[in-house]
Amino acid sequence: MGSITLDGVRKTFGSVNVIPNVNLEIDDGSFVVFVGPSGCGKSTLLRLIAGLEDISDGRILIDGRDVTNVPPAKRGLSMVFQSYALYPHMSVRGNIGFGLKMAGLPKAEIDRKVEGAASILNLTPYLDRKPRELSGGQRQRVAIGRAIVREPEGFLFDEPLSNLDAALRVNMRLEIAKLQKDLATTAVYVTHDQVEAMTMADKIVVLNAGNVEQYGTPLELYERPANLFVAGFIGSPRMNFIGGRIASAHGAATIGIRPEHLRVAREEGGQGEGWSGVISVAEHLGSDTFLYVDAGEAGTLTARVIGELGLNEGGRVTLKPDPAHIHRFDQTGKAIRP
Amino acid sequence: MSTRQTRVLGRVLTAPSVGLLFVWMIVPLAMTIYFSTLRYNLLNPGTEDFIGLENYVYFLTDPAFLASLRNTLVLVGSVLLITVVLGTGVALLIDQPIFGRNIVRLLVIAPFFVMPTVSALVWKNLLMHPVSGLFAWIATSLGLRPIDWFAEMPLFSIILIVSWQWLPFASLILLTALQSLDEEQKEAAEMDGAKAFSTFFYITLPHLARPITVVILIETIFLLTVFAEIFVTTGGGPGLQTTNIAFLIYSQALIQYDVGGASAGGLVAVVLANIVAMFLVRMVGKNLET
Ligand SMILES: Nc1ncnc2c1ncn2[C@@H]1O[C@H](COP(=O)(O)OP(=O)(O)OP(=O)(O)O)[C@@H](O)[C@H]1O
Ligand SMILES: [Mg+2]
Repeated sequence: MGSITLDGVRKTFGSVNVIPNVNLEIDDGSFVVFVGPSGCGKSTLLRLIAGLEDISDGRILIDGRDVTNVPPAKRGLSMVFQSYALYPHMSVRGNIGFGLKMAGLPKAEIDRKVEGAASILNLTPYLDRKPRELSGGQRQRVAIGRAIVREPEGFLFDEPLSNLDAALRVNMRLEIAKLQKDLATTAVYVTHDQVEAMTMADKIVVLNAGNVEQYGTPLELYERPANLFVAGFIGSPRMNFIGGRIASAHGAATIGIRPEHLRVAREEGGQGEGWSGVISVAEHLGSDTFLYVDAGEAGTLTARVIGELGLNEGGRVTLKPDPAHIHRFDQTGKAIRP
Repeated sequence: MSTRQTRVLGRVLTAPSVGLLFVWMIVPLAMTIYFSTLRYNLLNPGTEDFIGLENYVYFLTDPAFLASLRNTLVLVGSVLLITVVLGTGVALLIDQPIFGRNIVRLLVIAPFFVMPTVSALVWKNLLMHPVSGLFAWIATSLGLRPIDWFAEMPLFSIILIVSWQWLPFASLILLTALQSLDEEQKEAAEMDGAKAFSTFFYITLPHLARPITVVILIETIFLLTVFAEIFVTTGGGPGLQTTNIAFLIYSQALIQYDVGGASAGGLVAVVLANIVAMFLVRMVGKNLET
């Protein structure tokens, strides 16, 4: 009941072409995440779907219905804003129920629905408080409550967790993902945190300067990035890129190897391809160790080692790529697939 | 001002100005209280003697007092109502992204910079004059009888002039308040299906509650003492129709040369202003809590 289709959507602000041309098909009930660097047009695209901005060209269909010229409230979508945008002078009850009140529902029904939403979100004890009397996480929940109480066809989230501390963020991430699965409502979620993207999404849209670079499941993006941009954007620490003679040997303009696909050996030489160098920085996280190695011709490479190897700055190591995980890219940055 | 040290330092540093302000206030007040207990008329110098509260009795039982009290309240109340309602409207208008917005804003604010005496003269002679005024010209060109404003509706005319002067102030304060309204809140309301009127009523107006109380508080302080507009246009008349407390005290002191009576009147005005201020501070205090 809540598929969203973007058909040749374009958006310009004055002479700036922020969204050149986006075609996208969001399946009913799926959780789609927009990721991309700051300023790439994620929020703009979300606001176009919401109807808060007019599109310059193209069409938006929700559930097969053309909503290009339909006002926001009539699109059957609800939105959770980054700043939460709670109404400061209304109680939690008033905030959650405002949309229903505007829709002209009878008071008894509003109360019933608000209390239902509040109990899902553990907000029942706070129903009569004002937003300023709540913690950040509780405010976040009120904003979500306001979104779910209208039983929309789709949720739109614009970086909803960026104002929360790390622990709470992990918590809310799980709650939102679970809630979305329970309600089986389509969700579009904007974030620049790729952990959020990878863990929550059914499908990820990687945006760059308003263009869709790749649209696929998290694992597709990780295992088969379509181009250099996606390869560099998805994965942490970043994929290593090597050009020049080493890449030519693989029949590519650039090759990429993720840090976790480099095996670290203490001895020189050995079988297969390998680059030796000096460790310039070693980051010990306990569970992992990130090594930054100056590997001569191959440049500075990042390697990820599970656990502690007792390697430190200044040590010499050899990095051996896993041949099954070497990504090859042509001159234009597109992936070369065998 | 959280630590003890900063509190002490704060007191020491503010002491001189607090002391100066205290003296500044207390000396005239003490002298007024002293004069108000004397029989002190400038026409009979050298006959000042102590008469206790007789000046107060005289002032409070004077029929002019009740009339001017009523006029003061009507004037303050009406101007507040007009400036707050219209000010909200003007602020909403000039908050829109219209063409030439900066110039429009400047023009809206302009009346505030005109001296009360000058603006009263302009209104009296150029706008409201029954023969040569602009309003009279409009009325005659429409085939209507021109209104002799200051004779037919004197208090209303004063209210009009004073409102015109204070409208920019209200608009300006409310405009800045509007600009601080979170854009995302309005968008959230839009997503929630609120139409323009509901958005105004449920989102904008509650947001303006605090600045409106501030406007009311500040305007009241000044409106209780409106004088120049009355002095220039009607001189308190016809009869007592436009005499407010401030003008009554003036006429007592400088038309009847009764310094003692005027001092008593001044003190009554101080008490009145304090009563009003107490109500206002209560109201504002309640609003400022949020
Ligand atoms: N109202 C506007 N007028 C002009 N340009 C705008 C407007 N809104 C956004 N832009 C431009 O559009 C581009 C995309 O903005 P957008 O807010 O969508 O970025 P974003 O991907 O959400 O970034 P972030 O991750 O920082 O939130 C930016 O370059 C921005 O400057
Ligand atoms: Mg954004």
